[in-house]
Amino acid sequence: RIRRGGMGSKSKVTTAIEEPLGLIRLSLDERVYVKLRGDRELRGKLHAFDQHMNMVLGDVEETLTTVEVDEETYEEIIKTTKRQIEMLFVRGDGVILVAPPLRTS
Amino acid sequence: MAIFYSFFKTLIGKEIVVELKNDLQLQGTLHSVDQYLNIKLTNVRVVHRERYPHMNSVRNCFVRGSVVRYVQLPAADVDVDVLHDATRVEARALKAAAAAGTLAVRVRWR
Repeated sequence: RIRRGGMGSKSKVTTAIEEPLGLIRLSLDERVYVKLRGDRELRGKLHAFDQHMNMVLGDVEETLTTVEVDEETYEEIIKTTKRQIEMLFVRGDGVILVAPPLRTS
Repeated sequence: MAIFYSFFKTLIGKEIVVELKNDLQLQGTLHSVDQYLNIKLTNVRVVHRERYPHMNSVRNCFVRGSVVRYVQLPAADVDVDVLHDATRVEARALKAAAAAGTLAVRVRWR
């Protein structure tokens, strides 16, 4: 445990060290945003995870992002494909980040 | 320390869809699983089989755990409360193990 004092020496606020996985644990049974390798994103309810970042998510929406380049105009066309899955195990080696859902969702 | 190994064992006999990192999706019955989350499937049917003609005659297969991206599960066969509890227990056990590890190092340096 780290003792954190305020400006004065009299404050006795203690904070337990929260390692990164401990922060994810706070999101159990809450909706989360997961960024994966391969330009994929998931939004779903976090039901389980382990130290490898293997996870089980419920009521998931997967978003796949692709970029097409127009042959003539060289314009970049960004496309997204979405998929709904009721219950999903995600292997941890594909996970890049886990966060509370972004406000755009 | 094997929360998902235990979890998959509860799903043996159920229909799942294993999505591999090469985008192949295999629907089948979960026959067995091991500590590496290697999976054996029976009654395999390839989703989008027209794209994968080479898999037409495959009925049973072994999938190395490391090549799995997702496993799609039937929500009805998943008890989320059990998962929540198991995750908390696992996180606590990890923390204790980490703390014990640190303690051992400190003792040695003395």
